[in-house]
Amino acid sequence: MTELRHRGATDKELQHQNSEDKGSETEGKERDGASDNETKSDSGVPEVPVSADDTPEVLNKALSGLSSRWKNWWVRGILTLAMISFFFIIIYLGPMVLMMIVLCVQIKCFHEIITIGYSVYHSYHLPWFRTLSWYFLLCVNYFFYGETVTDYFFTLVQREEPLRILSKYHRFISFALYLTGFCMFVLSLVKKHYRLQFYMFGWTHVTLLIVVTQSHLIIHNLFEGMIWFIVPISCVICNDIMAYMFGFFFGRTPLIKLSPKKTWEGFIGGFFATVVFGILLSYVMSGYRFFVCPVEFNNDSNSFTVDCEPSELFQLQDYGLPPVLKSITGWTTVKLYPFQIHSIALSAFASIMGPFGGFFASGFKRAFKIKDFANTIPGHGGIMDRFDCQYLMATFVNVYIASFIRGPNPSKVIQQLLALRLDQQLHIFNSLKAHLTEKGLLPALEEAA
Amino acid sequence: TCKLRVRAYTPHASDAVLAFPGEGEGEMEGDSKADTPDVPPSTDNTPQCLNKALEGLSSRWKNWWIRGILSLTMIIGFFLIIYLGPIMLILVVMGVQIKCFHEIITIGYRVYHSYDLPWFRTLSWYFLICVNYFFYGETVADYFGALVQREEPLQFLVRYHRFISFALYLAGFCMFVLSLVKKHYRLQFYMFAWTHVTLLIVVTQSHLVIQNLFEGMIWFIVPISIVICNDIMAYLFGFFFGRTPLIKLSPKKTWEGFIGGFFATVVFSFFFAYLLSQYQYFVCPVEYNSETNRFAVECEPSNLFMIQEYTLPAVVQNAKTVNLYPFQIHSIALSTFASLIGPFGGFFASGFKRAFKIKDFADTIPGHGGIMDRFDCQYLMATFVHVYITSFIRGPNPSKVLQQLLVLQPEQQLSIFNTLRNHLGEKGMLPPAVEEAQ
Repeated sequence: MTELRHRGATDKELQHQNSEDKGSETEGKERDGASDNETKSDSGVPEVPVSADDTPEVLNKALSGLSSRWKNWWVRGILTLAMISFFFIIIYLGPMVLMMIVLCVQIKCFHEIITIGYSVYHSYHLPWFRTLSWYFLLCVNYFFYGETVTDYFFTLVQREEPLRILSKYHRFISFALYLTGFCMFVLSLVKKHYRLQFYMFGWTHVTLLIVVTQSHLIIHNLFEGMIWFIVPISCVICNDIMAYMFGFFFGRTPLIKLSPKKTWEGFIGGFFATVVFGILLSYVMSGYRFFVCPVEFNNDSNSFTVDCEPSELFQLQDYGLPPVLKSITGWTTVKLYPFQIHSIALSAFASIMGPFGGFFASGFKRAFKIKDFANTIPGHGGIMDRFDCQYLMATFVNVYIASFIRGPNPSKVIQQLLALRLDQQLHIFNSLKAHLTEKGLLPALEEAA
Repeated sequence: TCKLRVRAYTPHASDAVLAFPGEGEGEMEGDSKADTPDVPPSTDNTPQCLNKALEGLSSRWKNWWIRGILSLTMIIGFFLIIYLGPIMLILVVMGVQIKCFHEIITIGYRVYHSYDLPWFRTLSWYFLICVNYFFYGETVADYFGALVQREEPLQFLVRYHRFISFALYLAGFCMFVLSLVKKHYRLQFYMFAWTHVTLLIVVTQSHLVIQNLFEGMIWFIVPISIVICNDIMAYLFGFFFGRTPLIKLSPKKTWEGFIGGFFATVVFSFFFAYLLSQYQYFVCPVEYNSETNRFAVECEPSNLFMIQEYTLPAVVQNAKTVNLYPFQIHSIALSTFASLIGPFGGFFASGFKRAFKIKDFADTIPGHGGIMDRFDCQYLMATFVHVYITSFIRGPNPSKVLQQLLVLQPEQQLSIFNTLRNHLGEKGMLPPAVEEAQ
């Protein structure tokens, strides 16, 4: 196996830093793995930031009596509760705050991954590079937010003249901005650092691909209805916690070499627990308009409103039970929201595929010899550590909605229609009229427009 | 301090230096061998017949002649394919895409000595197939609407297209995670990222090229010709007049070549656009005729391709008018981009080759290197043309809009119908009699 660069005498540094970590079962394994690789050139070893103990003083005092393992357990537990409470508070505050939080999480994740890149490649001193990374982040965000604004805030955009121009030439402007960054990159290439610079360029782009595109998919899901945002995230969190619990109490058979702490018992137990949790949570949420209605921008009040007639998906329907369940429970039919059926699909995905996102992140951390992405959250690591499973989920939910739930966004279709040439509009008008008349939706005689 | 390779790298070194692995590795002792790819020895790919014909000449002129002959061959090949029609063009674009992908991935293997990574070649090709499936599916759904409505299995595939593509991609992702081997984690992640960046560059842009093609073959031919012309003109101007170096990255480029190439390209494109705008074959959008099951290129040329009178600004002559195709004005924008920004694509590729210490991407074309070497400037151009078309030329594709309409809920369709009726009525497009007919 070949590494990028030689670094002499790194064994001692790495082990010294690793020993400062809080108790981790994989510690021994990582050290072994590290020393195996030390024999070959090990530029791979980043300067792992010293694992500072970030736990707030107050917690430290309260838990001073306990042993290290239980103390870690309590710290994680308390922080978990804190994060979940924070999650509920943000939901209560509404869609606007949610979007801002998603944006912040995205920026923080981007920052964490880019910082790892810097550490891996010792490229703090590359000319221009930090500026360029942030610039590309801005460009891609501008592109995506512009598309979102154009799709969902159509009337607002039509009203304001500068917004209209920005929206009409949006792709061109975004492309021009990106090209400027590209040219800056080419002009910044310095003779001795070509390879490093290309690596950082590639690193930045892959990070943008992962982090930014999916945070925008999350926002699209959010606009569909807050329930499409809350339920998937909750399913993933629940799966994490349940798999951990089941593994803690019943775990015996290891699941995958990559993450030695995961077990089959935890995996399967977590699967069933998550599906049940998903069904119950969707039942609770489907009753409230606040969660179920698409988020819309009200032109008159210039704020987001979540008010509508709930779609069929969120209206109780009777489902006949298969004979097996009939005999067990004695019910003939059961009242469910159709959304609960969909939630089974979502939670199944979260339990089965979500962990792969976690394994990917574990592999990444092992590959670059880091314990955590960062030290932002005490006991948990960085923001990326919490969100690694969420990324696949966000994309899945978006694809799921696009494929099975809704068709295209009607206001977007109108917008495209009005952008066509008049003769094309007429042609479509006639086709549509024929189609609607066939379906019997149009009375045979119409009034003049 | 960076422990990068600090060898005295001279960009002016002659062609052959980088090709010898021995020399490279000798200086690498203090650094990891991963940096030096096993550059394949520069075989002389020139066919025997050419070699015989050019025996007498000195090495420099021989090289010049080989490049010249191959250039002509490629240009003739290009015209031949255009003559053969849209299907052929699409197939060639696909072939070029696969070859470029292969070239870049091979470089990645060499850089990381990762030939023996488990599964990796399979995975790279698998991801290529997935992404291509996704893009071709979107294209087919957009442009072959009538065909799709007819065939039942196609309808199903189109309706759930995104889901199917995503499932295929996920399968590849899971395969990757399961294939992670303890001592090779980093390598595997690098190759994973390398594959994805390559896909991003090569595949998305080849599909933009195909979308441009569907707009009308002229939108495919003119940009590519402009980039080729700029290459050749900048080279010729640099050859005869070149003195001031342009950028340290490519020492052979000069300001004289750059500026001369710019003006020559603008003039060339102006006349070339004039020439092509007259033929329906080039100007009409490529359409799929459901009855004959073939591509048809026949239509009423749009305003862009009908001669209009333009008044010259007073400063040029005394208020003369010229007859121009509006497309020629657009071609000035295209050629300006190709001359000013196109070279940055070339510099990017040069930097890439220097970074990974390769002379050429591959040895496919004698005298020129690999397919990527010829196409490096084209990629930015293809994206630019696509963005240009969507922003300034056409609106959304009408058949796509209709297709989306038919998928909506009936109430939504009705409301859109009414909105459209009011809109058209306002514009006076609806004769009152039409209302009574149905």
